[in-house]
Amino acid sequence: MYRKKKAVAMLLAGGQGSRLGVLTARRAKPAVTYGGKYRIIDFPLSNCAHSGIDTVGVLTQYRPLELNTYIGTGQAWDLDTNTGGAYVLPPFARGDSGEWYTGTANAIWQNAAFIDQFDPEYVLVLSGDHIYKMNYKWMIAAHEEKEAAATIAVIAVPISEASRFGIMNTDEDLRITEFEEKPEKPKNNLASMGVYVFTWQALKSYLKKDAEDKASSNDFGKNIIPAMLDAGERLFAYEYGGYWKDVGTIESLWEANMELLSSNPPFNLYDDPWRIFSRNLYDPPQYIDAGAKVTNSIVCEGCRVYGTVENSILSSGVVIGEDAYVKDSILMTDTAVGKGARVLKSILDEEVVVGEDAVVGADGLDLTQAYDPGGSKITVVGKGVVIKKGSSTPAGEEVKA
Amino acid sequence: MIREAFGLIYAGDEVTNLRELVDTRTVGALPVGGKYRVIDFTLSNFVNSDIRNVGVITSRNYNSLMDHLSSGKAWDLSRKSDGLFILTPFSLRENPGIFRGKVEALKSGMDYIRRAKQEYCILTGSTQVYNTTFDDMMRFHVESGADVTVMYQKTNTVVHGDGFHDVFLEVAGDGTVESIEINPMLSELNALSMKTYILRKDILIYLIDESFSKGEYKFSEDLLRNNLHRIKVMAYEHKGYVGTMRSVAAYYQMNMDLLDPDIRDELLASKNRVFTKVKDSVPAKYMETAEVKNSLIANGCIIEGKVENSILFRDVHIGRDACVKNSIVLANTEIADGAELEYTILDKNVSVRPRSRLVGAREFPMVIRKGGLV
Repeated sequence: MYRKKKAVAMLLAGGQGSRLGVLTARRAKPAVTYGGKYRIIDFPLSNCAHSGIDTVGVLTQYRPLELNTYIGTGQAWDLDTNTGGAYVLPPFARGDSGEWYTGTANAIWQNAAFIDQFDPEYVLVLSGDHIYKMNYKWMIAAHEEKEAAATIAVIAVPISEASRFGIMNTDEDLRITEFEEKPEKPKNNLASMGVYVFTWQALKSYLKKDAEDKASSNDFGKNIIPAMLDAGERLFAYEYGGYWKDVGTIESLWEANMELLSSNPPFNLYDDPWRIFSRNLYDPPQYIDAGAKVTNSIVCEGCRVYGTVENSILSSGVVIGEDAYVKDSILMTDTAVGKGARVLKSILDEEVVVGEDAVVGADGLDLTQAYDPGGSKITVVGKGVVIKKGSSTPAGEEVKA
Repeated sequence: MIREAFGLIYAGDEVTNLRELVDTRTVGALPVGGKYRVIDFTLSNFVNSDIRNVGVITSRNYNSLMDHLSSGKAWDLSRKSDGLFILTPFSLRENPGIFRGKVEALKSGMDYIRRAKQEYCILTGSTQVYNTTFDDMMRFHVESGADVTVMYQKTNTVVHGDGFHDVFLEVAGDGTVESIEINPMLSELNALSMKTYILRKDILIYLIDESFSKGEYKFSEDLLRNNLHRIKVMAYEHKGYVGTMRSVAAYYQMNMDLLDPDIRDELLASKNRVFTKVKDSVPAKYMETAEVKNSLIANGCIIEGKVENSILFRDVHIGRDACVKNSIVLANTEIADGAELEYTILDKNVSVRPRSRLVGAREFPMVIRKGGLV
């Protein structure tokens, strides 16, 4: 018998993240690398650990292999407790039917029995797609105080961009009066962060009704929230004031990484009580050679740098050869850049090999001239690709294996 | 491994020549190579040899060591059966005070030794850094029919008088140990014992009990040397790199040796991985003004100044225009703007004030003790 839990987190990690192109060709978006050593899913998982939520169901669907291996028992996030844990929950067959998760709400509904095991008061529904630090404990406290059926975390966005988000229209008390998904003419600038607290018994009844509705797309934003509002339930917005980033596109992923390089980054990873946990590899410290030059960059353990690295992020095990030049780029785990090669404003996925003297990105660049990293397009190279010696890959190209 | 073995690490070695570095910790807990502790190498050698039952015998100042070892999880030694056992000192009926030698320390760990299910014991110290597995040595031990096999390294540079306990072996052509010399003043011998042994558990128990009953407490001097005439002691050469924490200078040199790519690959990047407790540090950050040459840098560092031929452990901050040369900087240290360091070892949590200048010598590096403010 499981101990009763106050709250259980359900982390939606099934997103394909199709706008990340080749980076999500073989992995789900939450498994995408950020900041050198992290994966996007480290953020919600670390938030759970720091918020005292030790029971986390991770709902996977799209390309779950890398994610399943990464999460394991949840030990890296201190979730392997006696009564809690990280549980990877793929869709499964039941009786004569098996079905995929048809939507975010359906994914939770299909796992209602999993949640019931813990008999929780509240269910925290999270997305595995965002980078932020948040204490869910306070949000649950706000939910309790307001006696809400649902509390939705919101962030103020510039009104000009509000039409890209799910917008909450609220009264003065932050009670939600209306929810608009990507409104053309937004009335408000409070965007949903994809973080919800539900009173489990209330949510369950709506999920049941939704599952019976064949016309529903089984989505929280499109179906469940509007249905709860229509029924007059108490729904509240919970305003969040910190850094929150959806790295849904190549550009936003690149930008979010580059932001970490500024001398005073908007997102602080050096937050000791709120350390971001991740699965650590047993790599030796990084070695910077006598002929190397590393400036304004983030470098992980296991790297060996013999060339020049400027304004870039190197994940663990990256090797930069002699006289190689890497600028404004993100290099993921175990990628190697050969002697004399140049990599400019590019994202190289894991295990890429750039041959000697090859040029990737910002083609025709004269190294004596400054170029405008803002103006040039981002080049993306997929996992395991071998870039031929001496070849040239133009800016903006997407290279697949 | 061709035979089942358990590992036993004697972490009670005292090395006074490590000066301030061992004021608050045992040698095994000494940080090395940017992110490791000396004992990580021994533990990883065991784990990489498929040994899943390891006892660590402590004697003094073991707080830091226990903190590091914790449950043994980092080495996959937190197990339902076997795993890591920390054997803290406790009074024997025969001896209520401090251990008079390694034999007595082993005697106090006898309950653990008797309980071990494995047939063989691999006994090591905790003052050496090397990367190996014990498979070859075990095969040698079994095939040679030895009672005890000692691992040794060949050395031509005998350091006399630095106060370290050196045990030299006279090895015959077939590997038999014919005599043992302890801290010889003048000696032709070049086989330096690494104080790592393979022997059957029942032989270990017998030898300990017997030495103890005669009031003999030293392992090499008494237990081994006095029994050479009746037990077969064989010597097995370890051909790889060995770093011995015999003095501050040796500690310094071992760390600097890691800047050599061959030694670094052998010790840290071989197929036998070195496991250590992880801290979830942020990756290292090199600022616009950073100038790093020929150095080993751990995660969590923020570098604004100059670093050359040096080792930086986790979470070190090097201020603007600071210059760190030929130095070792342990974790959580702050080197303020414009400070200069050469041939210096900064222990953990040290703060160096702006524009301070600390200069030691290669043979006698300056050591700033843990938590110091200079």
